[in-house]
Amino acid sequence: MNIDALRARLDGTRGREYWRSLESLVETPEFKEFLHREFPQNASEWLDPVGRRNFLKLMGASLALAGVSACTRQPNEELVPYVRQPEELVPGKPLFFATAMPMNGAGIGLLVESHEGRPTKIEGNPDHPSSRGATDVFAQAAILGLYDPDRSQTLTNLGDIRPFASFAATGQGALSSQKAAQGAGVRILTETVASPTLAAQITALLAQYPRAKWIQWEPAGRHNAREGSRAAFGEYVDAQYAIEKATVILSLDADFLCTGAAGLKHARAFASRRRVDGDRAQANRLYAVESSPTNTGSRADHRLPLRATEIEAFTRALAAQLGVGGAGAAPAPAAAANWMAPLVSDLQAHRGQSLVIAGDGQPPIVHALAHAMNDALGNVGATVVYTQAAEAQPMDQLAGIRELVGEMNAGTVEFLLVLGGNPVYTAPADLDFATAMERVPLRAHLSLYEDETSALCHWHIPETHFLEAWSDVRSDDGTATIIQPLIAPLYNGKSAHEVVAAIADRERSGYEVVREFWSREKGLSMQATPAPTTPSSIAPTGGRGVAPTGASAVAPTGNAAADAAAGQAPASAQGRVAMRPDEAVVAGRSAEADRSGATSSPPPIAAAPVPQLSPFDREWRKWLHDGVVPDTAFTARTVSAQGNLGQASGGPQPAQGLEVVFRPCPGVHDGRFSNNAWLQELPKPLTKLTWDNAALISPATAARLALISGDVVDLRQGDRTIRIPVWLAPGQAPDTLTLHLGYGRTRAGRAGNGTGFNVNPLRTLAAMDTLPGVQLSKTGETYELASTQDHWSLEGRNLIRVATEAQFAADPRFAQKMEHQPLTGLTMYGDFKYEGYAWGMAIDQNVCTGCNACVVACQAENNVPVVGKSQVLNGREMHWLRVDRYYTGDLETPETYHQPMPCQQCENAPCEVVCPVAATVHNQEGLNDMVYNRCVGTRYCSNNCPYKVRRFNFLLYQDWDTPSLWLQRNPDVTVRSRGVMEKCTYCVQRINQARITAKLEDREIRDGEVVTACQSACPTEAIVFGNLNDPNSRVARLKASSLNYALLAELNSKPRTTYMAIVRNPNTELEPARPLAAEEGEAG
Amino acid sequence: MPQIFHRSANTLAKVSIAGVLLLAGGVIGLIMVLGRSSYVTRASEFIEQPLQFSHAHHVGDDGIDCRYCHTSVETSSFAGIPPTKTCMNCHSQLWANSPILEPVRASFRDDTSLHWIRVHDLPDFVYFNHSIHIKKGVGCETCHGRVDEMPLMFQQNSLQMEWCLTCHRAPEQFVRPRSDIFTMGYRPPVPQEELGPRLVKEYGIQSLTTCSTCHR
Repeated sequence: MNIDALRARLDGTRGREYWRSLESLVETPEFKEFLHREFPQNASEWLDPVGRRNFLKLMGASLALAGVSACTRQPNEELVPYVRQPEELVPGKPLFFATAMPMNGAGIGLLVESHEGRPTKIEGNPDHPSSRGATDVFAQAAILGLYDPDRSQTLTNLGDIRPFASFAATGQGALSSQKAAQGAGVRILTETVASPTLAAQITALLAQYPRAKWIQWEPAGRHNAREGSRAAFGEYVDAQYAIEKATVILSLDADFLCTGAAGLKHARAFASRRRVDGDRAQANRLYAVESSPTNTGSRADHRLPLRATEIEAFTRALAAQLGVGGAGAAPAPAAAANWMAPLVSDLQAHRGQSLVIAGDGQPPIVHALAHAMNDALGNVGATVVYTQAAEAQPMDQLAGIRELVGEMNAGTVEFLLVLGGNPVYTAPADLDFATAMERVPLRAHLSLYEDETSALCHWHIPETHFLEAWSDVRSDDGTATIIQPLIAPLYNGKSAHEVVAAIADRERSGYEVVREFWSREKGLSMQATPAPTTPSSIAPTGGRGVAPTGASAVAPTGNAAADAAAGQAPASAQGRVAMRPDEAVVAGRSAEADRSGATSSPPPIAAAPVPQLSPFDREWRKWLHDGVVPDTAFTARTVSAQGNLGQASGGPQPAQGLEVVFRPCPGVHDGRFSNNAWLQELPKPLTKLTWDNAALISPATAARLALISGDVVDLRQGDRTIRIPVWLAPGQAPDTLTLHLGYGRTRAGRAGNGTGFNVNPLRTLAAMDTLPGVQLSKTGETYELASTQDHWSLEGRNLIRVATEAQFAADPRFAQKMEHQPLTGLTMYGDFKYEGYAWGMAIDQNVCTGCNACVVACQAENNVPVVGKSQVLNGREMHWLRVDRYYTGDLETPETYHQPMPCQQCENAPCEVVCPVAATVHNQEGLNDMVYNRCVGTRYCSNNCPYKVRRFNFLLYQDWDTPSLWLQRNPDVTVRSRGVMEKCTYCVQRINQARITAKLEDREIRDGEVVTACQSACPTEAIVFGNLNDPNSRVARLKASSLNYALLAELNSKPRTTYMAIVRNPNTELEPARPLAAEEGEAG
Repeated sequence: MPQIFHRSANTLAKVSIAGVLLLAGGVIGLIMVLGRSSYVTRASEFIEQPLQFSHAHHVGDDGIDCRYCHTSVETSSFAGIPPTKTCMNCHSQLWANSPILEPVRASFRDDTSLHWIRVHDLPDFVYFNHSIHIKKGVGCETCHGRVDEMPLMFQQNSLQMEWCLTCHRAPEQFVRPRSDIFTMGYRPPVPQEELGPRLVKEYGIQSLTTCSTCHR
C-alpha cells in the first residue's frame, strides 16, 4: 500500500467521501475480496484433513439418515424443585438486584438480572447518579468474568492446596511476630481502593501496627489528575464536570466521554447538548487536542492531533493567553498556530459556560493548568465543582510503589500482602518488581486469577468476583453503594474484607464486616427493638473520608445530570425496573436468610415469628433495594488555588525520535480483563482490532519509515526494547506511537495468554504515560492483525450524512435529499399491513460515541458466541450488532463517525424471499423472524442482505461443554449450534415478555416498556426502540424528524432501523462556512 | 448374438422399478409415521418417577386445586414444581410415617431436592408461557388431559408443532371460560361453535402463528 497513492486518491475525491480503512481507499486486493465475497476466498471451506472420499461417504450417510433425525427419542430431563422455595422467587421470572462494579477507584451502579439464582445480565441502575441506567463495556462483560472457567479455584501455598484457616494462621503469625516492631516489615499493596469499609479495615490494622504501610497501585490510574489537583490546590480533590452546562469544551488529550468512572455520566450530559431537537440545534462545541485518536476526539467539532509532549506547551500557551499567571511562556506548537486565536476567543466568549478537561495521560501540570483555566474562565462553581476525592485514601501511588520496591530490595519487608492487582505484570519496568518481591520472606496474593504475581507468591488466595461477595464502593461523586452478591462464591473465593479481617482479627464474613462498618458510620443500632444501646462499638466514629451524614445536597453535577437525563425521558429502563417492585428488598433479606441458614439447621415447619427489624436493618434493606446509600454524595467544597503552578511537575519534554504514549486498552483495560473473550473479540472502537494490540502510527510517519500495517518493529529506548506490529491509524499525531496496555500476558488464562504484545517493558516510572526519544527499527517480519474494519463493508453508498449547523439551518431536510429515491410500488409481494404494533428503531448518530457498550450488551443478552482470532481473520465474527466507523477528510485530521449496525428489519426484506426453507420470515409486527430450528444453512439470506448483518455459525462456536458457562446464558434465547444463520432480532424475547405482561394486565404495551439490550446499555440514549404505529412514541417522533434517513433507501427495502443525520457545530473561524451543495460533489 | 436377457427381464425391470419406488415411498412414509408416533413423542407413556406421585389421588380424590402446587402458573412462563415444603404442609400431619413418603421426608430433612423426571418436555428452541394461555382461556385439561384420572403422570398430546398450531390457528375450537380453566372433565355449557368465537372476541385472543411467538 502506497501512502502517496492514497493521498492522491483522497485529493481526487469530489465532495465528501466516507471510508472505513486505508485499504478500501486504495482498493487493495484484500479489500476487494471482502467487498465482493463477504468472506475471503476459501473461508467457507472446511479445511480439516478429511479427504474428499471420506467427506462424500459421511455426507452420503448423513443424507440417508437425515429424515430419521426427527425420530430421536429425547433423553429424560430432570426437574429439580427447591426444598423450601424463597418467597419472592417465581420460577421463570427473573429478579433484579442493585449492586455496583468497582473499578479504578470508583464504582458504577448496576442492576443485575438473576434467573433462579444465577446472574445472567448486567444493566445500569437508573437510580444511581453516575450510571443513570447505562453501562460501559467492562460492566457488560463482567458477567462473563464471573463465570470464567479459568478463574483461580483453589487456595494454594507453594502450589499445594490449603484451607483458608491455614493461610489465616500464617498471616496472623506474621503479624504478631511484627508486633514488637510495630509492623515495620508489613506492607499491604492494593489497587486504588474505593470501598470505605476496606479502607477502614486497613486503617484500623495500620493503627495497630503504626509502622506498617499501605500502598495503592493502579497501573492505568488517575495519578496525573491526583497530583495535578494537589499542585493546583494543595490537596487531593476531584473535579466534577457539569458537561450539560458547558457550551464550549476543550479536551486536552482527555477521553472523558468513554473512560473513567464518570464517563457514563459525562456521555449522557454531553449527549443532552448534542441532540437535535425538532428542527433546531443547540449544540455544544467540543475542541479536542489529542495525541492518539479517542472516541471523545471522534465526537469533536475540531480535532487537533498533537504529540503528547507538545500538549503541555499548547496548554501553557493557551493558559497564558487566558490570563493564567505562572503558566510559563512557552510558544504554542506550530501545528496549533491557527487554532489558538479562535479557541481563545470562543472560550472567552463563553465565560462560565466553558470547560477545560485534562486527560489522565497528561502530566500533572496540564491538569493544574486546566484547573487554573477553568478558574480564569469563571467556570468554577458553574461547569466544574470540586469535591473530596472519591477514592478512599488518595496517595502518590508512583512514590508509594517506588518506596515499596526500595524497601523490598533493602530486605526490610517481611510480609507482603497483595490484595488484588497484578503488580508483577503492571509495575513500572525500571523497578523490577518481581525481583524485589522475591526478597520478601512471606508473600501472599489475593486475586481472581492465578496470574503472574500469584506465580511468584507463597500464598495465592482466590478472590471473589464482585458479583459473589459483600462489599461497598463509592462512585465518582461519592455516592456509596452496597455491593451485594448475586450468587454464592463459585470457587470458595475470599473477598479482600475477609482476608484482612482474617489476618488482623479473626475469620469474619464480608457481610458482617460491611454491615458493621455502615452501622457505625450511620450511627444506627443493629439491635432489634428497644435494645439497650451498647456503647462504643456502635457509637458513630465519624470516620475519615466520608461525607457528613446530615448533608442532603447531592453534588451539583449529580443533580444537573439527573435533570438533564430526566428531560430526555429515559424510558429506557422502565420495562426492567417495573419488574423490580419490592423484590430486591426481600431479596436482600433472603440473602441474609441464606447466610444464617447455611450454618443453622433447617427451621421448624411452624411459621417462624416475624423478626423485629433493628433501625439499621430497616435502612440497610432500603440501601440494598435502591443501590445507593442516601446522603453519601460529596458536597462541593471550596478550593483555593495555590498559585505555584511553576512547581507542578511537567511531563517529558519533546526529544529526538519517536514518541510513545501508553493508554489503557479500550477492551482489556490494564490487562485485568485479558481473559474475557468478549472484550478480546470486541473490535476496538477506532482501529477495529481484535485479540491484539498494535503500535498505532500515523500514515504520514509510517510512509516516512516505510511501514505498513502488520510490519513488526522493534521499539528501543535506552536498553529497553519491545517488539510489536504497527497499525496505521488515521488521525494519530505525527511521530507518535500509541501502545495499549494489557496484552502479552503469560498467565491470564486460555483466552488471554499469548494475545498481543506486552508493552510494559518500555513503561518506566518516569514515563508512565509518555515516552519520548524512542528508536524504531523495522524487523522485516510481519504479523497478522485481525481487524474487522473491512468486514461487512457497504462500500461508498452515502451511508453517513453530515451537515454543519449553518448548513442544517439552511436546509433542514438535507439528509433526505442525499438519497436516490426508491421506485415505490415496485414490489412483487404487495404492501403488508401492520396492525397492532410495528416495531422500529431510530439511532441518533449525533450522540453515538462509538463506545461499544451496545455490542457487548447484545452479546450478553443474546448468547452470541466468540469465535477466536483465526475465525475473525476469516470474517466470521458473530456480533449481531457492529459499530461501523467511518472517516472522511484527510489522513491527519479525519472526521470520524460511528454507525451502529443491527439488523435493519426491512419491510421488503431481501433475505426473506431467498430462503428455501422459510427459516427467515416476516412477522405481522414487521420483524424479520429468524427460525433457527428451520435453518439448513444455505446462507442465501446473508448473501442477499445489503446491510450484511447476518451471521453464520460456520463451526460450533458455542462452548457446550463448560458447566460454568451454562449458567451465564440467557435462558430466554436459544443457544445456536453449528450450521445455523443468526442475526439481531430486536430482542424479540423482551418484546414477547412485554406483550405477555401487557396482556396479563389487559392493556397495550406502553412506550418505553420494551427496551432492547443495546438501548438499555447506551450511555447516550442514542438507540431508541418502540412502536411506530403509536404516533406519540419516542421512536415515532424521532422518525418524524427531518434528520431521519434510511440506509440504502434506494433499494426500497424499507428498513425499520433508521438513522439521524449528524449536525456538527464547527467554529466558523476555523472552518469557513460552505454551502452543502459544494461538498456533495457526486452524492445526492 | 443371442439375447443376454430373457424376455422376463422386462417384467423384472418394471417390477423392480416399481418396487424401488414403493420401497422408497414406504420408507419415507414409515419415517413420517414414526416421527409422529408416540414412540418418538413419548405421548401416553408413563414415566417412572423417584416417588410414585398420583395426580389421580390428589386431584381426583382429594380435589386439590392445580394452583395449590403449581403456584406460578398464572404469573410465569413456568407453572412451577412444588418445593418439598409444599408436600410437607400436609404430609407432616397426614401419612406422616408412611414408608412411601420417605423420599419426601428425607428431602425435607436433608435439604436435598427431589429429582423428578420431566414429563412435558418441549425442545429447547421452543418458548412456552403458561400464564398467557391461562389468561386467554386455555384449560389445563386442553393440553394436559384428564390429570385427575392419571395415577402416574403422562403426556397426553404429542407436543409437536402441528399440534400446537391446531389451536393457534383456530383458538375458538378450544377456549373455555376463565372460570373453568382448572376444571377437569369440562363440558361446554353451550355448543363450542357458539361459545368459542364469543370467548375469542371477549378475551381478545389473537391467532398468533408467527415464528417468533414461540421461537427466539
